[in-house]
Amino acid sequence: MKSMIIFIILKKLKNALTDLLPIVLVIAFFQIVVIRQPLPQMGDVLFGTLLIVVGLSLFIQGLEMGLFPIGEAMAQALAKKGSLFWLLSFAFALGFSTTVAEPALIAVAAKAADIAGQGGLIDPGVESLKQYAFGLRMSVALSVGLAILLGVMRILRGWPIHYLIIGGYGLVMAMTTIAPEEIIGIAYDAGGVTTSTITVPLVAALGVGLASTIRGRSPLVDGFGLIAFASLMPMIFVMGYGLIIFR
Amino acid sequence: MEFIKDFTTILLTTCRDVLPIVILITVFQLLVLRQKIPDLPRLIIGGVYVVLGLALFLAGLEKALFPLGKIMATQLSDPAFIYGTDAIITTSDWKAYGWVYLFAAMIGFATTIAEPSLIAVAYKANEVSAGTISTWGLRITVAIGVAFGISLGTFRIVSGTPLYLYILAGYLIVIVQTLLAPKSIIALAYDSGGVTTSTVTVPLVAALGLGLASTVPGRNPALDGFGLIAFASLFPIIAVMGYAQLMDWKTKRSRKNNGVT
Repeated sequence: MKSMIIFIILKKLKNALTDLLPIVLVIAFFQIVVIRQPLPQMGDVLFGTLLIVVGLSLFIQGLEMGLFPIGEAMAQALAKKGSLFWLLSFAFALGFSTTVAEPALIAVAAKAADIAGQGGLIDPGVESLKQYAFGLRMSVALSVGLAILLGVMRILRGWPIHYLIIGGYGLVMAMTTIAPEEIIGIAYDAGGVTTSTITVPLVAALGVGLASTIRGRSPLVDGFGLIAFASLMPMIFVMGYGLIIFR
Repeated sequence: MEFIKDFTTILLTTCRDVLPIVILITVFQLLVLRQKIPDLPRLIIGGVYVVLGLALFLAGLEKALFPLGKIMATQLSDPAFIYGTDAIITTSDWKAYGWVYLFAAMIGFATTIAEPSLIAVAYKANEVSAGTISTWGLRITVAIGVAFGISLGTFRIVSGTPLYLYILAGYLIVIVQTLLAPKSIIALAYDSGGVTTSTVTVPLVAALGLGLASTVPGRNPALDGFGLIAFASLFPIIAVMGYAQLMDWKTKRSRKNNGVT
């Protein structure tokens, strides 16, 4: 029994090591062949790598034990309850609450406010910068909440994803041509920072759980797509925010 | 001692990230669903593993990879390294940046392979497709997409061509592919675009983008430093749909050749 557990742990560690190997190879190659300088702080690097391997193994173990099952259990319980209102509230709250305090988003919003202040688009005073950053954060969090809500509606109703996504991208393209240049780069990047490492597995499990509970939906065709909405919607909202503010 | 302090900070931040989810699930369980969660102790242990694992992972990244990757990004984009002289360069020559493009592609590929969100999505995709979509197949396809995207993104910063042209062209390709690709892959392909830009990729790629934008003559870090992340989420969508189209086309052709309809 004991040797079994040790064997499983070793296997998990080996998997995590394989995940990390490409980074180690790339850095070693550029350090040795191209830059040709000895690695600074070798001890720190080795210790850090060990932490990454152990951390990644633990995280994946936790996914299988905790995040995936809870996501699916919530999806099934809410679907069985049969109340559209509560299901949609859960979807919105999940998107909104995990995004609004996301550190990456706070950082991006603050930086965007600085750029807008320097560019003379808004009043460069501290108060106005804060207000702008806060508005940006709120529009992103709202958009992610709405995105998950819309994604859940799609799974329930079985709307084909490509119409929604093509429509979304069409809107992004149209807005790009009229939005102020300073907001475009930020809008595109905002789509990327909203989906954090803990939210993604939970949202994936929610979608797949819903699609496998509702008759007539396939988990593969209908279960995915929530994350895609959560990265598309913020672009539309941030550009919309820019259009309103800079008018 | 310093390390324990850093680790505690990271652990607390991770806990704060999980907090809204814990509150949300508890509120819904107690007020709306009002039923017992099956196998609760196991879920809690799993949750603790996730938080602890992610905190260790982030601490390790900050200790080992991020400083190294950032130093390398600055060194490679340094004009003294690129042009081989210390003379002040006033115009950029996009052909001189070969190592930068290669580094961008390789670091994009490597960080995507280690991205925990992508591992999670690939794992789920493998489960629901009953094994037809292999975990590694998806991860490598996405990583190739990111590699190409970031490499092209650095070329854009060096050459100074406008961001929106690339993004609009990319979206057009995505829309055309969506109309042609097998329907079963579309949702997954779009999701793969969203998960690539997370814990591991963003800090390294942002460092590369800002490093380039501040050293290439005539670029403004505030305007040109942004946008690399958009490349990293656009091209995996194209790669995953392209791969599915290729597989689809191959099966159809071999069926034709075997005379089976």
